[in-house]
Amino acid sequence: MLTFIGLGLYDLDDISLKGQNAIIEADAVFLESYTSILTGTSPAELEKRYGKPIKILKRQDVEQHPEPILDAAKTGKVAFLTGGDPMVSTTHADLRIRAKNLGIETRIIHGSSIVSAVCGLSGLQNYRFGKSCSIPYPAKNWFPRTPLDTILSNLIQNLHTLVYLDIQETAFMSVQEGIGILEQLITGDSEKISLYVGIARAGSENPVVAAGTSEKLKDVNFGPPLHILIVPATLHDIEQEYLTLFAGYAPA
Amino acid sequence: MSRGKKTVERVMQLMNQPESIRNIGIVAHIDHGKTTLSDNLLAGAGIISGDLAGKACWMDSDEEEQARGITIDASNVSMVHEYGGKEYLINMIDTPGHVDFGGDVTRAMRAVDGAVVLVDAVEGTMPQTETVLRQALKERVKPVLFINKVDRLINELQVDEMEMQIRLGKVIDKVNKLIKGMNEEMYNNGWKLDAAGGTVAFGSALYNWAISVPYMKKSGISFKEVYEHCKKGEMKELAKKSPLCEVVLDMVVSFLPNPKIAQPRRVGVIWHGDVNTPEGKGMMTCDPTAPSCMMVTDISFDPHAGEVATGRLFSGKLTRGDEMYIMGTAKKVNRLQQVGIFMGPTRVEVPELYAGNIAAVTGLKDAVVGSTVSSLMEMTPFESLEHYSEPVVTVAVEAKNMKDLPKLVEVLRQVAKEDPTLRVNINEETGEHLISGMGELHLEIITGRIKRDKGVEIITSEPIVVYRETITQELTDPVEGKSPNRHNRFYFTLHPLPEHVVEMIKSHEISMNQESLERRDAMVKAGFEKDEAKSVKDIYATNILLDMTKGIQYLNETMELIIDGIHEALDGGPLADEPVQNMLIKLVDVKLHEDAIHRGPAQVIPAVRSAIKGGMLLAGDSLLEPLQKLHITVPQDNMGGATSQIQSRRGQVFDMASEGDTITVIGKAPVAELFGFAGDVRSATEGRAMWNSEFAGFEIVPSGSAKEIVLQIRKRKGLKEELPKPADYLA
Repeated sequence: MLTFIGLGLYDLDDISLKGQNAIIEADAVFLESYTSILTGTSPAELEKRYGKPIKILKRQDVEQHPEPILDAAKTGKVAFLTGGDPMVSTTHADLRIRAKNLGIETRIIHGSSIVSAVCGLSGLQNYRFGKSCSIPYPAKNWFPRTPLDTILSNLIQNLHTLVYLDIQETAFMSVQEGIGILEQLITGDSEKISLYVGIARAGSENPVVAAGTSEKLKDVNFGPPLHILIVPATLHDIEQEYLTLFAGYAPA
Repeated sequence: MSRGKKTVERVMQLMNQPESIRNIGIVAHIDHGKTTLSDNLLAGAGIISGDLAGKACWMDSDEEEQARGITIDASNVSMVHEYGGKEYLINMIDTPGHVDFGGDVTRAMRAVDGAVVLVDAVEGTMPQTETVLRQALKERVKPVLFINKVDRLINELQVDEMEMQIRLGKVIDKVNKLIKGMNEEMYNNGWKLDAAGGTVAFGSALYNWAISVPYMKKSGISFKEVYEHCKKGEMKELAKKSPLCEVVLDMVVSFLPNPKIAQPRRVGVIWHGDVNTPEGKGMMTCDPTAPSCMMVTDISFDPHAGEVATGRLFSGKLTRGDEMYIMGTAKKVNRLQQVGIFMGPTRVEVPELYAGNIAAVTGLKDAVVGSTVSSLMEMTPFESLEHYSEPVVTVAVEAKNMKDLPKLVEVLRQVAKEDPTLRVNINEETGEHLISGMGELHLEIITGRIKRDKGVEIITSEPIVVYRETITQELTDPVEGKSPNRHNRFYFTLHPLPEHVVEMIKSHEISMNQESLERRDAMVKAGFEKDEAKSVKDIYATNILLDMTKGIQYLNETMELIIDGIHEALDGGPLADEPVQNMLIKLVDVKLHEDAIHRGPAQVIPAVRSAIKGGMLLAGDSLLEPLQKLHITVPQDNMGGATSQIQSRRGQVFDMASEGDTITVIGKAPVAELFGFAGDVRSATEGRAMWNSEFAGFEIVPSGSAKEIVLQIRKRKGLKEELPKPADYLA
């Protein structure tokens, strides 16, 4: 049995009771560490809480060499832990398919996800979000325009865009870095983004939510990771009031 | 030295008169007497003493050159010659004849407008005569002919006067046939060599005499007289009556073009920019007031001044302190420090240097051999220099002493800059660097130079042959490459690239530097369908990538990564991690993840790389080895020794031609089997063999030896010692 368990947003206490029980019952526990991380805790604390060893998985351990996970799941109960809600990161769908093809039973225990958390923190209505996108750190020969194109096409349809910021082993993209990359991609006046909402440490005791122009957000101290960005479309009255009260928004 | 100084002053006066300038090269097969001819020309021009000529090897400025008695680098010298009451400035480049240094000849031909083709009267035209002549004509460099060692015909072969004329006529006919075959248009437009017309001279560079029809008319000396003197061994007499330098330089001045005449003909061939731009007009007219445009043909290191760049200035002028730009590098100003010309091994500074001359300057720190240098921040660069041979042998070098590690890296970078035919692969992590060159001798010279001139003690490995890989069958059922996250999929078909297309890539008739419309037309001409012709995404070595997909979202921003992945596969094929050649890759379908972060380099590059490698194994990937063509000339008695030296090396003998009591054996053999050939052929023929070799392309390793060689290479490279299977790459 392979159980995908969402750990939720920030620390050890974000997991559901169902999820907690599944870890306690598990014969082997794996923690995927590359699509998201809980910045409010650490793998060591997780091991301490449940009193069992937890194997940390890097990208290649899941994508290229998942055999140890699948082998363990053939004979015993395996808990596969991820930050947030497991299947929001599309890459884990592949693991579930592989397991199914090997005749391994699977189930998902959901966790709280940034996808819905941003609605609460920003007041932007879930119904009005278009396609989401990620901003990767550019690499040699690779500076994709997809994030900007996704935002612009959402704006044309008057839809908000949720923009994930890159997580790498050594770097977590900040709101300011993300905005900086978008601004490098922007060519000409027709590609203007006039409002951003930056969010830091959703799920923690002290999240930061700030709305404004790129100029204004440059001066906001968002603090430690993780960060996420929203590009809102035109605001509904309630959305505007909410952002003004909870995110320091000052309508022009 | 006062004579030398006086020459400098005269040179400087003439530099600003393009009509009085001749830029020439002397080209020949090895040992036909180039350096002797150059030395005697210099002596005649008063640059070195007449007694030293023929012994000093003035132009062989490298100790190694003097020791081996061959010229390794092209060297430059400027001299003044008086003809018809007028003075002319002759800028001359001596070039090496040994095939291992063919790259130098290519570069020298870019700098000059005319060439004195030197042929040994006894041996006649040789393979490298043909190679250097081809290089000259390709650059639209006009040839004249000097037939050397005529004294040997008379004194060694005892040829009579009649027979001598026939023999000389045969040499001329042969060279004419070559010219006609290489460029019929120029041949018909006055480049046909004609003794009566004056474009041929005969003589002996060693004994410092020569003769030509115009000179016979001018001096009154007759052919019979020459023959008689020669017969009696009165060489000094002959050298006085008909001095080499007079005869040859008269021919140069009369029949080789000045830069004003040559440049309009040459610019269209070596430069593909718009001739109506200021720089285009400047080069067409050799205008010193136009923007400066120079092509760097050589870089050497001067212990005092540092890097010296030599090259042809096609337009404008150069002055100390000028701000120049190197095309294809960051637009950073390179300031000229010294501007000068070469006089043999020494460099002489001049206040200004004008279009049409060969310049030697310092301060161009971003330039490499082949760079286009201009006073303009941007101009179309010159056509890149092409080499007729490819590096086929590699040695690994390591610093003997730990403390030399950083210095060796720096020296290797210099060596690579000086000699563009070398490929240097620096690995700072392991400290083991690879140098690839055109042959065993080439690498011996280079490593010798690192030890001697640069003062770095090094350990060199045994030479290693450079192999290639290519597919032998089509793969029309697309091979699928999956990214590690399995969300991105790439589908390719693979096809052997027809030989004529490979040739078109090598000759730049199809290139990524072309405008896309021009490239499409060239591809159609090569036989591709129109939709293929317009879909070229990359050309890497002699491999082509076509994107045959239609309307795939996000493919645009992923294409560079696909190309990166293909390059990784082509840099080292699946069989033996050797470079891949002559393959047509068609991208036929792609599936990409919606979000950019899931289709980054870490996903795309491995997917593409393994698709190509696995696909190649499905398409009959085979190992190719370099071969060399060999010409061995021996006395009849030693023929057996010569042929067995070829045959015992997996070689083939395909022709034997006898001439008097000597015989020339022609054959080819794999480079891998030719290590130590020089010594072996010497002992097999009692030291009587004269031989030379030239690159003869790559051929598939015979199936009998292929597996063993592949496994040897894999072992050497630390790869799994078994033949790879498609499944190793395609999960």
